[in-house]
Amino acid sequence: MSDAPAVKKKFSNKGLEFIEWLLGRYPNKQAALLPVLRLAEEEFGNIDNDSVMLAAETLELSPGYVWGVLTFYTHYRREGDGKYLLQVCSTLPCALRGCRDIQHRLEEKLGIEAGETTEDGLFTLKKVECLGSCDTAPVVQVNEKYHENLDIEELDRLLETLRG
Amino acid sequence: MAEIKPEKFEKVLTKYVDQEGSASLDFYRGHGGYEAAERVLKELKPDEVIETVKESSLRGRGGAGFPCGLKWSFVPKDTDKPKYLVVNADESEPGTFKDRVIMERDPHQLIEGSLISAYALDSHICYIYIRGEYYDGFLAMQKAIDEAYEAGILGENVLGTGFRLDMTMHRGAGAYICGEETGLLSSLEGKRGLPKIKPPFPAVEGLFRCPTVVNNVETLSCVTHIFDRGVDWFKSIGPPEGPGPKLLCVSGHVERPGTYEVPMGINLLDLVNNHAGGIWKGNKLKGIIPGGSSAKILTAEECDVGMDYESLAAKDTMLGSGGVIVMDDTTDMVDALYNILRFYAHESCGQCTPCREGTGWLQKICGRILHGDGRPEDPDMMLDLSKKMCGRTICVLADAAAFPCESIVSKFRAEFDEKIEAGDGHERTVHLGGPLVQPGALSAHNQERLDELQGGH
Repeated sequence: MSDAPAVKKKFSNKGLEFIEWLLGRYPNKQAALLPVLRLAEEEFGNIDNDSVMLAAETLELSPGYVWGVLTFYTHYRREGDGKYLLQVCSTLPCALRGCRDIQHRLEEKLGIEAGETTEDGLFTLKKVECLGSCDTAPVVQVNEKYHENLDIEELDRLLETLRG
Repeated sequence: MAEIKPEKFEKVLTKYVDQEGSASLDFYRGHGGYEAAERVLKELKPDEVIETVKESSLRGRGGAGFPCGLKWSFVPKDTDKPKYLVVNADESEPGTFKDRVIMERDPHQLIEGSLISAYALDSHICYIYIRGEYYDGFLAMQKAIDEAYEAGILGENVLGTGFRLDMTMHRGAGAYICGEETGLLSSLEGKRGLPKIKPPFPAVEGLFRCPTVVNNVETLSCVTHIFDRGVDWFKSIGPPEGPGPKLLCVSGHVERPGTYEVPMGINLLDLVNNHAGGIWKGNKLKGIIPGGSSAKILTAEECDVGMDYESLAAKDTMLGSGGVIVMDDTTDMVDALYNILRFYAHESCGQCTPCREGTGWLQKICGRILHGDGRPEDPDMMLDLSKKMCGRTICVLADAAAFPCESIVSKFRAEFDEKIEAGDGHERTVHLGGPLVQPGALSAHNQERLDELQGGH
């Protein structure tokens, strides 16, 4: 019988404290899965195979189960995502106010299509559904921050700032 | 009781949201915050709270419009199981962004409403399930909860009354279906966000198989104001079947998109023309989706209607989530519908065949019409498909795709037919599937291996 596969990643001590608090908030460990995946995303920058193994080990779930849950949701940062995740809202209210121009501009400026990452690993471009900010359309969410009421000039400035 | 005229209407849900520091506990308490909750916990019995909410005729603000007090009364009283209150802050219906304002700018009114509701339900655990994208809302809510614990408003001894309530923020991760209450509960349990068959309804068997009430952010915020200002005040606003203040989100082709707090029953044209500044660029109105993208569309001629549950139902559409999506006369309705259908096809959880296949096919058929490949029979096929998707699935996502499809195709049929006719006589490609007989069914690699294998014999 072989040993269980070793998990290379470890949560930080602060992370472990947070998990302990978290487990006190739910009647079972499984319910803490989404918050623990968020923690992995925060501590390691994205969720890769090893993060899945770690979450599974932490919550006494099977890795297969954790993969199944993780891949149901679209908002976690995954392995290979760039430093900046540009999520262009493409649902109707944004479409009525020009989100296609925003997306085309981003594709043109970054030289990639939606779903791809730039070669320098700086940007990942994603076309996403309603971000719940239709009054400030068009909207692009960059990592956690919303950039609202965008036009082409504003967008170009944003890219310049992110490039640093 | 005197009817409050719209011009006398006073905002309550968004009264302070433009003021500096409106999210803090000090600000909230400085404006009478938590006085209602304290009165309720000290003076009323839980049953009296439920009766008051029933009497107020408060209906759910999340989409379904179910009477709030009635929902609460379904929770069994003689149970040993814990009871849960879950706040639905997943706000994901396209065109809806009202709960975000409450959570980012006045979170304590939601905590107060949840506190009163938890007391009524004899619940000691409350989860707020917020969509993953709303990071600022999550931070603002978490800060408000921390402040409330610090001040003894949450925790072991709420406001010195001995009542116990724990409140926890729980972030979603990008799935429309988690706004559906049983999908939300699955997600909260650490699973894929798959809706569950009802019955049992969550009130009887919900989160962790215990009695659970799921209420929307705006609904619970209304509870605060019902106990602050009284049932008579609440019922004096708008139609008796579903009264109260209402947050309406206006988006699309208007001059001033935004969240507007108005009396329930406000005329849709008044909302669009006076509050939201009218159709942008001086264009003409073509149609409005009144209650989030799953509501049936109203043509310009049908828009002279009250924004309340009954008036919109009489026009065969719904108030839904209060997401008012306005389209001007430059809008290509085939394109608009395609966008809506793409959304639902993307968000279908895939459990039920009519939804998984139906949303996908509606998107494909609408897409081929949009791209000049439409067939003359396509609009009728879309109508037929829409009809057959409704009411045949675990949750209403299938209906949510079928309603806009059925209404847009039938009300703007000419645009679909025109596009099909203008299709340039393309070969009518079947996009799905390939030729039935595939001579090269094996990849080169596998063919070589096969040849090797056969050569060996």
